[in-house]
Amino acid sequence: MGTTLNLSLPRLTTSLGLLFMAGAAALLLSGPANHTAPALPMPQTAIVPPATLQHRLDGEYSRAGRPIDAPRVTVRLRQPLEIMRYQVTAADFARCIGAGACKRLDHTAARGDLPVTGVSHVDAIDYANWLSRETGAVWRLPSDAEWAQAAGSRFTDDARGLDGSETNPALRWLADYEREANRKAASDPAPLPIGSFGANEHGVHDIAGNVWEWTQTCLRRVTQDATGRTTGETSNCGIYVVEGQHRAPMSFFIRNPKAGGCSVATPPDNLGFRLVREPNWRDRLRRLLSA
Amino acid sequence: MGEDLKLTRRSILAGAAATGAIVQAASAPAHAQAVMTKATAADIAKLPRIKPKLVDPPFVHAHEQIATGGPKVVEFTMTIHEKKIVLDDAGTETFAFTFNGTVPGPMMVVHEGDYVELTLINAETNELMHNIDFHSSTGALGGGALTEVNPGEKVVLRWKATRPGVFVYHCAPPGMVPWHVTAGMNGAITVLPRDGLKDHQGKPLKYDKAYYVGEQDFYVPRDENGKFKRYASPGEAHEDVAKAMRTLTPSHVVFNGKVGALTGKNALTAKVGETVLILHSQANRDTRPHLIGGHGDYVWATGKFRNPPERDLETWFIPGGCAGAALYTFLQPGIYAYVNHNLIEAFELGAAGHFKVEGEWNDDLMKQIVAPAGI
Repeated sequence: MGTTLNLSLPRLTTSLGLLFMAGAAALLLSGPANHTAPALPMPQTAIVPPATLQHRLDGEYSRAGRPIDAPRVTVRLRQPLEIMRYQVTAADFARCIGAGACKRLDHTAARGDLPVTGVSHVDAIDYANWLSRETGAVWRLPSDAEWAQAAGSRFTDDARGLDGSETNPALRWLADYEREANRKAASDPAPLPIGSFGANEHGVHDIAGNVWEWTQTCLRRVTQDATGRTTGETSNCGIYVVEGQHRAPMSFFIRNPKAGGCSVATPPDNLGFRLVREPNWRDRLRRLLSA
Repeated sequence: MGEDLKLTRRSILAGAAATGAIVQAASAPAHAQAVMTKATAADIAKLPRIKPKLVDPPFVHAHEQIATGGPKVVEFTMTIHEKKIVLDDAGTETFAFTFNGTVPGPMMVVHEGDYVELTLINAETNELMHNIDFHSSTGALGGGALTEVNPGEKVVLRWKATRPGVFVYHCAPPGMVPWHVTAGMNGAITVLPRDGLKDHQGKPLKYDKAYYVGEQDFYVPRDENGKFKRYASPGEAHEDVAKAMRTLTPSHVVFNGKVGALTGKNALTAKVGETVLILHSQANRDTRPHLIGGHGDYVWATGKFRNPPERDLETWFIPGGCAGAALYTFLQPGIYAYVNHNLIEAFELGAAGHFKVEGEWNDDLMKQIVAPAGI
């Protein structure tokens, strides 16, 4: 008796720890039952493991007043990323429209299993907010780096290989034009049913296919001096980075990109999106326990 | 010829209508006499014959800028094909009626005083009767009345090129002219002065390459949901297309038959220092070409070479049913957009092409002094 009552401090903490873990495990197991059944099935997601990427940063860089390629740096993504396996489909988006939470699109897709296209950043945010309400989870657009993490081997380094020593600005324009013209010539812009472009090593489908995806990363402009020291940075959150076979800056309200104004670039074929799910406390706990 | 132009210029400067009339009276007959002198059948039979090989636009078949020797009979053959074409990346389809299989039809080049002898073939697989009206020819509705061919037939027409300039040709079948023209059935012919192009002072102008841009307005009918409709045959489409045409609101305005036909891998090319002749036709609707980042050094907006060219233009106006010519020497490398400067037509409806120009940058003409940065 005496021994059982005479609890030492280490034993107490261990016991409390065990109790906590048991409780946590019970909570994890009972978790879904604590909620009313969600109106929507949870979207299929892939868990992309933490990664260390050699990543070409987003943004427009100049050194000593001349445009250069953005630096390629080591980016550590310490958390696993939960991201939709497939792009949001026309049928998914139609439910959001039906619920009055998303705006009507200019064109209705021929079939529900096509990725939704012709969507602006605003449309994507509307959908993320609606899906979050419907599923009780937090859904949002990925950042540029997260998108690269999910894209894995399908991420394209779109450096032009110009180092800023050129005195002929047209070299860059011609290089950009050539690259995008080659891409355009090689691909058919008509959207295909989800899954058509296959999965990458993380089980993420159709990434860098012919539907570009919105990110939450705002267009940055970074100026450096001749030594490569950053002397200024501006960020424009009216323009977001869209990702696909190449990066493109895109105004938030654009649904159908086209070569505009004096711009002679080849625009993305289509604009769509997929969302990442923010880990909630339960996910964090699960991770903590498995660590 | 140089003398004529000098006089003409002086008369323009003087601004006196009377002077202009005298100059015309004094110069036109002397100049026109040789070309207008009637040749007998025997004379024409003795002329040398050449048969240039037509090429698909935007390219122009090999030709002399200055004619060697006297007038020739220049033989061309074109086969008419009715075919389904795709107008844009969204896959919008329409039935095109084409001279030689392309929209626009091929550019022909001859010299003033030459005879054009065209063999026009209506392919057996076609459904409709077609013909050809050359704006550059004289009589018979531009040849239309003498060239009506049914599927499986051919016709040969000869006409004399008496007026130097770039001119539209198009199909003009009775009762269906706008339908055929807006189905892409038009092209252009360039009648060069025998001694080549000249500037406002009568000095010779030469070009390193010539491109032919054929601009086309299309009227593709839409269904009740606003989607472009598709049809099994041209005949089935006719009524809806006619209704769409009557709105005078084109669904597409494009260069060379398709949105983006002159962009990307098919962009036009030039080098810094090269002189390019841009021949531009619009058989149906007004247009206003503009080269973004460049100019028109010498422009014959209405395309007729006996008029002195205008210089240093930013934008030039080509009325519907006309072809124009612009000469430009590229001075900077880079990507240029060549557009119809109704920018809605250029960027929303498709009337834009690109020039890809390589060469050395000229800091004197332009330099970025401060790159964009935070304020």
